[in-house]
Amino acid sequence: MNRRHTVILAAILVLAGTSLFLYKARTLGLPLDAAQETEVWTMEAHVSFHRDSVGAAKAHLRIPENPFGYRIANENFVSRGYGLTVDERASGRQALWAVRKVAGEQSLYYRLSVYADPTRTGSLPKPTFPKVPELEEPYYSAMMDLTSHVREQSADILTFTSALLRRLNDPTPEENVSLLRDGARTPMQRTKLAVTLLAGARIPAEIVQCVQLGEDRRMAEVLPILAVHNGNDWIYFDPQTGELGFPPNLFPWVWGSKPLIDVTGGRGDMVEFSVVRSLQPTMEIAQERAASLGSKIPEFSLLALPLRTQSVYGVIVMIPLGALLVVLLRNFIGIRTVGTFMPVLIAIAFRETQLLGGLLFFTLIIVAGLGIRAYLEHLRLLLVPRLASVLTVVVILMTLVSIASHRMGVDTGLSVALFPMVILTMMIERMSVTWEELGAKDAITEGMGTMMTAVLIYLVMGVDVVRHVMFVFPELLLLILAATLLAGRYTGFRLTEYRRFKAMAADQ
Amino acid sequence: MSLLPDLKSPGVMGINSRNGNYIMRYNPRRLFPLVDDKLISKDLAVKNGLPVPELYGVIRMLHDIRKFDQIVEGKEDFVLKPVHGSGGNGIMVIGGRSRDRYRTTSGKIVTRDEMAHHMENTLGGQFSLGGQPDQVLVEYRVKFDPIFDHVSYLGVPDIRIIVFKGVPVMSMIRLPTRSSDGKANLHMGGVGAGIDMRTGITTNAVVGTSPMQEHPDTGSPVVGLKIPHWDVMLEIASRCYEITGLGYLGVDLVLDAALGPLILEMNARPGLNIQIANAAGLLPRLHFLEALELDGMSVPDRIALGKEATNRDPREITRMAVA
Repeated sequence: MNRRHTVILAAILVLAGTSLFLYKARTLGLPLDAAQETEVWTMEAHVSFHRDSVGAAKAHLRIPENPFGYRIANENFVSRGYGLTVDERASGRQALWAVRKVAGEQSLYYRLSVYADPTRTGSLPKPTFPKVPELEEPYYSAMMDLTSHVREQSADILTFTSALLRRLNDPTPEENVSLLRDGARTPMQRTKLAVTLLAGARIPAEIVQCVQLGEDRRMAEVLPILAVHNGNDWIYFDPQTGELGFPPNLFPWVWGSKPLIDVTGGRGDMVEFSVVRSLQPTMEIAQERAASLGSKIPEFSLLALPLRTQSVYGVIVMIPLGALLVVLLRNFIGIRTVGTFMPVLIAIAFRETQLLGGLLFFTLIIVAGLGIRAYLEHLRLLLVPRLASVLTVVVILMTLVSIASHRMGVDTGLSVALFPMVILTMMIERMSVTWEELGAKDAITEGMGTMMTAVLIYLVMGVDVVRHVMFVFPELLLLILAATLLAGRYTGFRLTEYRRFKAMAADQ
Repeated sequence: MSLLPDLKSPGVMGINSRNGNYIMRYNPRRLFPLVDDKLISKDLAVKNGLPVPELYGVIRMLHDIRKFDQIVEGKEDFVLKPVHGSGGNGIMVIGGRSRDRYRTTSGKIVTRDEMAHHMENTLGGQFSLGGQPDQVLVEYRVKFDPIFDHVSYLGVPDIRIIVFKGVPVMSMIRLPTRSSDGKANLHMGGVGAGIDMRTGITTNAVVGTSPMQEHPDTGSPVVGLKIPHWDVMLEIASRCYEITGLGYLGVDLVLDAALGPLILEMNARPGLNIQIANAAGLLPRLHFLEALELDGMSVPDRIALGKEATNRDPREITRMAVA
């Protein structure tokens, strides 16, 4: 009954901890590695036009809304005297700059930072089947002729589109193609033609206007990508090469073939894109993203605490991990330690002294402390005054070691000043009691067990990933709790018992 | 799994199993003081007519140390014990005195001052669990039955009986050696000899974990020894369950030459070495008893059941099958 209760409780804890962890890691993208960096693309759209006489001007810029494969880290507008509204309509987002009185050369900027996120699939909804476009003759016949040829040579929408693009891009085109291709010179016009022809075959198709990403591009090109709906998903083709798949170095700016800008009250309007690639700590990006998603998690995380408190919690959240290790070492392996959680405290102390220095220093003080305690035993002091005397002597010893090591140019001793000396005194007292009651062998065994356990805990606590993960995902404490609960129901043998009872083992 | 020795089939009980499956299940926490506090358990035993060494007096605080002379007046020998001590720690056995000097049974001379210091330390909690302030009890020194003279080196041999819900299930006699400093503590190098529950005869003996036949100091055989008053001891052990209510209990008895078996102390967390001394695991016997309804059973029935449980040892089963 108790066992089932424990298992159910542990399962609930694991479930809660894991789901929160997964939510934070997957959805919010909090990284498992503190040093992890994300490639961030910062794109700038520079809208420029000229207004000859003083008067009103208006500029529309189509801007990304849910770019698939990417996530927007942040965006901003440089409007200089213009009123800005961001218009979210079914056909996509638009930035609208407007001014009542202006003249001369005008420059407006829209800056956008994005990073790749393969989980994002912000495509358009499933389209309806297009009508066959009503073209003039002879284009209509050419279209129907071409599509029926292509249909004969293809099996489905995918192969149909490939075959069509292959013919459209043929350097020595057949008659129909050259007729249709005649008016379409730019990649955009060619892609529009492909959409029209696909509509001739009643295949829904759309254009995605994409910005070309690169290391550092002053003048990034805007390229059209052909998106074809196969009934389930959008599939993408490079209209110029006919290659299937969305090219990795393109950023899907907007859907549709409508021009990116629309200026009224000006002339010579154009939009230019520049792209800069940078690396930013994943941690920061994730937090920004969480905030932009409206998640309350960042506000309730340890990262929201003042820095000084954070560093304390960085240690505190590691303590249960150390305690779990103690549980494993004691109840599963059977290592004996002085005090139950003494090794955890010592491991924390090691963080300040460094391992080797701390180990050396610790051993030195304990040996000296035990000696002094043995001597005080002769004076027949009462228990509490004796403890206090040991404490005082330990402080004196520590002071001496610190001063001596500083004189020798070793700095380990100095940081030891923060060493939790109460722990040292308690350890000395407990070890000496064990020494008296059970003998030197037991006292030394326990002392060594404590040190070994402390070193192990220190090493585990020192792993950067562990520290980072425990701090960023403190919900993992629930998992540790679950593991501890389950360990608490372990009634099997400890590893050391196999040696203790070896004489009793059955012949195998 | 085959890398590790097979402790499962002999039914060895490990610490985790003892703590999780027996102590936690059968020993309610609130009953622990009944055995952890030797004054309470002594009182409990006396009230229920169970034999214990006579209490001479209690030193409850530093101030009481001056009463010490009054307590031991006219007593040639006595024992000092911490009320909350465990594992035989802090016990001082005085075998004789001459004016201000006392002689322990191990031959050490202790001055009045040294003895006062020992009492001060005990009161301060040196020998109690967790360093809690403690008390000192002064009691009758057991004149142990000479029958054990040839198998013990100084000190008092004692008999440990494990009692499960009133059924004595396993037992051993602990014999002091030179290396255990006269203490009957296996951990310190004492000899442990398993006792057959059915006959009261020792069957197997160990020092530490190594089997042996003779006492390391006296050279006398320790196997095949007949424990006198065996059935009385089993009865006392069984009744200890009734007075404490602890379902998994260790009862330590000594055999006084004149008074017979006396309860030395009881233990709510009895150790596991008894299995090594018996070369038998506790689990087969306990599993056998756990399947039975023991409540409301009489003491003689329980004792009979304890003897019966011995037959549950895998080795016994094999032997009976061969026969």
